[in-house]
Amino acid sequence: MQIFTCPFCGPRNETEFHFAGELGKIRPATAEKITAQEWASYLYTQRNEKGRVQEVWMHLTCSELFVMERDSVSMQVLDTRSLREDAQ
Amino acid sequence: MTRYSVFNLLREGLRGHTGWGKAWRSPAPKPVYDAVIIGGGGHGLATAYYLAKNHGLTNVAVLEKGWLGGGNTGRNTTVIRSNYFYPESAALYDLSVRLYENLSRDLNYNVMFSQRGMIVTAHSEPEMEMAARQVNAMRLNGVDAELLDRDQVRKRAPLLNFRADMRAPIHGGVLQPRAGTGRHDAVAWGYARAADALGVDIIQNCEVQDLIVEAGRCVGVHTSQGDIRAGVVGATVAGHSSVIAKMGRYELPITSYALQAFVSEPLKPVLDTVVLCPPFGTYVSQSDKGGLVIGGGLDRIPSYGQRGNLPVQEAVLAGLVEMMPALASVKLLRHWAGIVDVTPDSSPILGPSGLDGLFLNCGWGTGGFKAIPAGGYLFAHILATGTHHEISRPFDRSRFVTGHLIDEGAASGIAH
Amino acid sequence: MTSHRTSLGALIDRSQPLSFSFDGRQYQGYKGDTLASALLANGVRVMGRSFKYHRPRGPWGAWVDDPNAIMTVTLNGRSFPNCAATTTPLVDGMQARAVNAWPSAAFDIKSGLDLFHRWLSAGFYYKTFMWPDWHLFEPMIRKMAGLGGISRDVLEDYSADQLYEQCDVLVIGGGAAGLAAARAAAEAGKQVVLVDDHPALGGGLYQMHEVESVAAVDWIAEQVRAITSAGGRILSATTAFGVYDHQLVGLAESGPFGTPPRLHRMRARQIILATGALDRPITFAGNDRPGVMSVDGACEYLARYGVLVGQKVALISNNSLADAAERLLTDAGAQILRLDPHVGALRTVGGKKLRGISQGALRHDVDTVLASGGMTPLVHLWRHAGGKLLWCETRQAFLPGTAPDGMVAIGAANGAFDLEVSLSEARAAGVGRNPGVSTTSYTLAPLWPKPGSKGRQWIDFQHDVTLKDVELAARENYVSVEHLKRYTTLGMASDQGKTSNMAGLAAMAAVQGRPLPEVGTTTFRPPFVPMPLEMYHGQHGKQLWHPLKRLALEPQHRGADAALGEYGGWLRPGWYGKGEAKDLIRQEVLTARASAGIMDASPLGKIEVMGPDAEAFVNFIYYNTIKTLKPGHIRYGFMLTEGGIVMDDGVIARLDQNRFVISCSSSHVDSVRTHLEAWRQDGNDPDRIFIHDLTQQWATLTITGPKARDILSALSLDVDLSATAFPHMSLREARFDDTPLRIARVSFTGDLSYELSIRRAKAPALWDAVMRSGAAQGAAPIGIEALSILRAEKGYIMIGKDTDGETMPHDLGFGIPRLKKTAPFIGDRSLHNDKANGALRKSLVGLVVPSGTAPLPTGAHLVEGTPPRSLGYVTSSYDSPTLGRPVALGLVENGTARIGETITVHHLGESRTATISAPCAFDPEGERLHA
Repeated sequence: MQIFTCPFCGPRNETEFHFAGELGKIRPATAEKITAQEWASYLYTQRNEKGRVQEVWMHLTCSELFVMERDSVSMQVLDTRSLREDAQ
Repeated sequence: MTRYSVFNLLREGLRGHTGWGKAWRSPAPKPVYDAVIIGGGGHGLATAYYLAKNHGLTNVAVLEKGWLGGGNTGRNTTVIRSNYFYPESAALYDLSVRLYENLSRDLNYNVMFSQRGMIVTAHSEPEMEMAARQVNAMRLNGVDAELLDRDQVRKRAPLLNFRADMRAPIHGGVLQPRAGTGRHDAVAWGYARAADALGVDIIQNCEVQDLIVEAGRCVGVHTSQGDIRAGVVGATVAGHSSVIAKMGRYELPITSYALQAFVSEPLKPVLDTVVLCPPFGTYVSQSDKGGLVIGGGLDRIPSYGQRGNLPVQEAVLAGLVEMMPALASVKLLRHWAGIVDVTPDSSPILGPSGLDGLFLNCGWGTGGFKAIPAGGYLFAHILATGTHHEISRPFDRSRFVTGHLIDEGAASGIAH
Repeated sequence: MTSHRTSLGALIDRSQPLSFSFDGRQYQGYKGDTLASALLANGVRVMGRSFKYHRPRGPWGAWVDDPNAIMTVTLNGRSFPNCAATTTPLVDGMQARAVNAWPSAAFDIKSGLDLFHRWLSAGFYYKTFMWPDWHLFEPMIRKMAGLGGISRDVLEDYSADQLYEQCDVLVIGGGAAGLAAARAAAEAGKQVVLVDDHPALGGGLYQMHEVESVAAVDWIAEQVRAITSAGGRILSATTAFGVYDHQLVGLAESGPFGTPPRLHRMRARQIILATGALDRPITFAGNDRPGVMSVDGACEYLARYGVLVGQKVALISNNSLADAAERLLTDAGAQILRLDPHVGALRTVGGKKLRGISQGALRHDVDTVLASGGMTPLVHLWRHAGGKLLWCETRQAFLPGTAPDGMVAIGAANGAFDLEVSLSEARAAGVGRNPGVSTTSYTLAPLWPKPGSKGRQWIDFQHDVTLKDVELAARENYVSVEHLKRYTTLGMASDQGKTSNMAGLAAMAAVQGRPLPEVGTTTFRPPFVPMPLEMYHGQHGKQLWHPLKRLALEPQHRGADAALGEYGGWLRPGWYGKGEAKDLIRQEVLTARASAGIMDASPLGKIEVMGPDAEAFVNFIYYNTIKTLKPGHIRYGFMLTEGGIVMDDGVIARLDQNRFVISCSSSHVDSVRTHLEAWRQDGNDPDRIFIHDLTQQWATLTITGPKARDILSALSLDVDLSATAFPHMSLREARFDDTPLRIARVSFTGDLSYELSIRRAKAPALWDAVMRSGAAQGAAPIGIEALSILRAEKGYIMIGKDTDGETMPHDLGFGIPRLKKTAPFIGDRSLHNDKANGALRKSLVGLVVPSGTAPLPTGAHLVEGTPPRSLGYVTSSYDSPTLGRPVALGLVENGTARIGETITVHHLGESRTATISAPCAFDPEGERLHA
């Protein structure tokens, strides 16, 4: 059982969290022309780093998304912070 | 190489087994090969074997960073099956089952493919309708399948929970009689020994540290044992596919997760078939040694950590006790995890990588072991000819651009 | 039979004799004994058989380091397989039987297998049984294999407790080091938990007369008193079986025999490992004979249980700890013969019964051989946590090296075999200081297996792996430790290599001429000792496994004789009344079509989306254009995945400019809410959109049928219900019983329908009112099964049943937004990829079979050609009471273009035909819908 620290609720059991994807996925502006390749890259490509990763997680009990930096080998959590740019 | 046979075993028994040779050599790497395969697991070794056997390509090296068969090949729950919905999947996995059916004799190594059947249970009338859809699909795919009712399931797996207080009562299930289990290590060793006998160099403790790329083409690898150049390079590294992708600067739609497996203390025979109960997320078979071999779903956190996490253990093992409550007092002996490479549609990727000269065999996710013979067979074809085999073509990575995904979970409503 | 019981034995209570049986013979022991100690006291040595050769086996160790004495134990009619006799506390009335032996461990019919041992070497099965077929040999091999058997009977009341706990300092191991560390930490004000897997604390201290000038028993009691009075907590008979991520330690607390252990998920800030060390076997010819035991094991049997394992004892050790053992055993009356293992090859003499030991030409008549090849620190948990190991040349053992987060090792686990060193380490660690590398007075002369030496020398006692097997593995190039383990099965027995791994590694190192540390170790995997599956299972079984959601109106449904069942995670009425389900469901359909059906639709999602950006947000979330929806109106639409696949369907109502209610399908509420939240926060301004899921707070009743308006009128709500004032797909807000009531005119049946939503607490009042006014119109409650038929008659889909993971909206006849909607929406680009644009997509159709024939089987495939190729499948199929003929829906390749064609329906080898039609079979003009 890993412990993740929700920036809003504090340290909680991993079972309360949902992996929402890698950080930095920007949705292409679909009102404009997007190639199939660009779209596939947005939809499916993963960095899947071995080691330090930056991910977006949801704390299911408060529904807030946040950014977590952790080590995908040691499982050490290095940092968690709000996804909202205006939040500290 | 001494041939394995009952006669030779009897003879060697009388002289203290001193006449058996090495199952495979431990050669030093040559500077150049026609083909280099990164990853000495089942898929890598099978690829080497079929390159030599089917395509006459013997100047081949398999590079393994640890010990051969030490990744997912040696960490899985040994289930072999082809109970798939889509024709593309059925063609792939049934090729594998057919190759497995003759593999012991082909390799002259007993891989103990035991076709004890596999049942996927259904727990409501709507699930029975989905089961019928599945059985019909399998039969139309040319794969053996039977729709079982509750009594037929009970007859084959009496240990299952048929009590009135069960949360998800069993209504029936899908049986694939030809499915079963194999001895996972023996598959790796058998392919290694047979490939070695055909001249393939299997080089253990040889870690690929980078790719050698010249004029936009992969022409070899930098390894912990020096540079090795190759006419063509194949990567069969499962959960570490993204690590090679980073070296080759191509994109992959893969996430690595830990998948756990469990074994109980040996018991006298109690379970004669492989059983998967989807509502409990658990499946189980009994090995020839007597241990219950137990598996379940993926861990929920992307991981390269080759070890299990307690919440998933509890979920899988609790699921088993719900499935088969008579096992509650049976003791768990050991659990472990492998790192699996999961694609968006949970189907594998075979074919070009995006970097010239480098080809991929990856994305098998939770189901790589059963596909070893087919994966090797098809990947050898791809490496030898530079083109797809008809069976591998739908599994090209281009499907993520065209949208032609092969998503079995979507078809059957059963996560896999 | 001579008694081996002495006057010693700190832990048995001679005033409480206990009767038990082994392999059918009655014996007596005492409270405090283990099964093994009681049998040894009775002179019983053969307690099991080995796995492969069925060689007789007696206990090697006295605790978890015994791979030999494995039994099925029956108590009070309940049997438990594979109990280690050395760790099973004796209980009055126990009946034990050796596993894998028949009729008994002493006379095992399969012992003849040993004659064939030369052909049953490591991995022999890989080399044969291939011709004609493995399946021919496998059943026989399966029967031979396995240890204990289990019955199919379920043990009632066999249920484990599971707890979450935390502490400052967790001390694992209650020997001298653990006790001292726990005391130091507790007295320093830490919240301490001390665990030990024995029922009694003290570790090896019972072998000593005095500790720090106090009698050992008193010293232990004093530490226990000090720990508890400083607020520390002690869990005895508790095994730390694994260390998991973020310093979570799995603890298994044993209860009385026959109960599953209690699981403590202990989160510790600091973990002090004081797990001790094990004596390791010496590899010599015939070292597996019953009567060959570990030196430490013999001392434990004596000190704890008062059992002197032999009278004439050969003591063979390579290390300095043997002197104390010799004194202890001599004092208890044993005659000790010290043999130096280095001066000549050893070989036991005897059969089932040990008669002596020879060294070179010398033969010594002894009844017992005690061996110690040196101490192996127990570093399993250290490795679980990711700690590194360091080879210690002096101690010839792997010691804890680089520490994992928050863990230190002390005492014998850290190589501190001297009591004083161990205690000072412990007291340092207890107050948070690093104990560092231990000094030691311990000396030993390296003693490892000698490849090429004569005789059958066991390395893994249970699995019958001998030195020759290791040599064979090396010869065949299975030289990696993992290959060695897997090829020979060395270390894979019940003790998971606690007694065999070091000798195995050393043998491989010696064969290859490599230093032992270079060979490395195999991975240490949890659990430390085997654990019952029930411990992981706990209380969330049966109906508590993913428990169902319950309706506010469940009592009312029960009162109306509802057949309650699981539908999408809710316990809902399938139908009402007693009798044949088929007939009742049919009658409900007819009632709904003739008058009205009243249905509890509460599980339907009710997710509110509010705020200044709500309109743009729902317009983005939905495939359909929502921004043109006017307040008070409702629209049917799809939510897609980014892959363009239909994820959910349902209606969305606009309450006012900035407020929408999304009515998603019952089983998708959680996933839709998460989906909405993710998009709200990632890609939108979360301060301008708010999402509020009120599914559980509101109940919904649906009145559907031609009389629905009349029934609703009778409630005297202040709403104009006329078709012109309140048309299909609109919403009105009213009050019922002084509470807001939402009335949505939407239909999932094709008939005039109203969905009434109200605060959950008011649901019973609304139900009563609707049922009363419904009764006057001949209406009746209907369940999900009738609804499924009603909607199928109309050609309305159920997501996941009539769609699959490839279905896009244009497959369902909703192609316009794909072509016309200009604003971005989720999944938009995917609707134009190669697959989406393809001609061979499966689309939704109706399937018609002649009146009087049976309905098509759901799950049947629609095929063409020879051999038949699947074009799609039947997704819903019913005998329609309304139409008097079967109706069916299906997904068929290019289906819309095939309407009117006859198609072959294939099901379990049988074929029939059907005609492809439009999905809607009932009121295609929609007159009843708009009535």
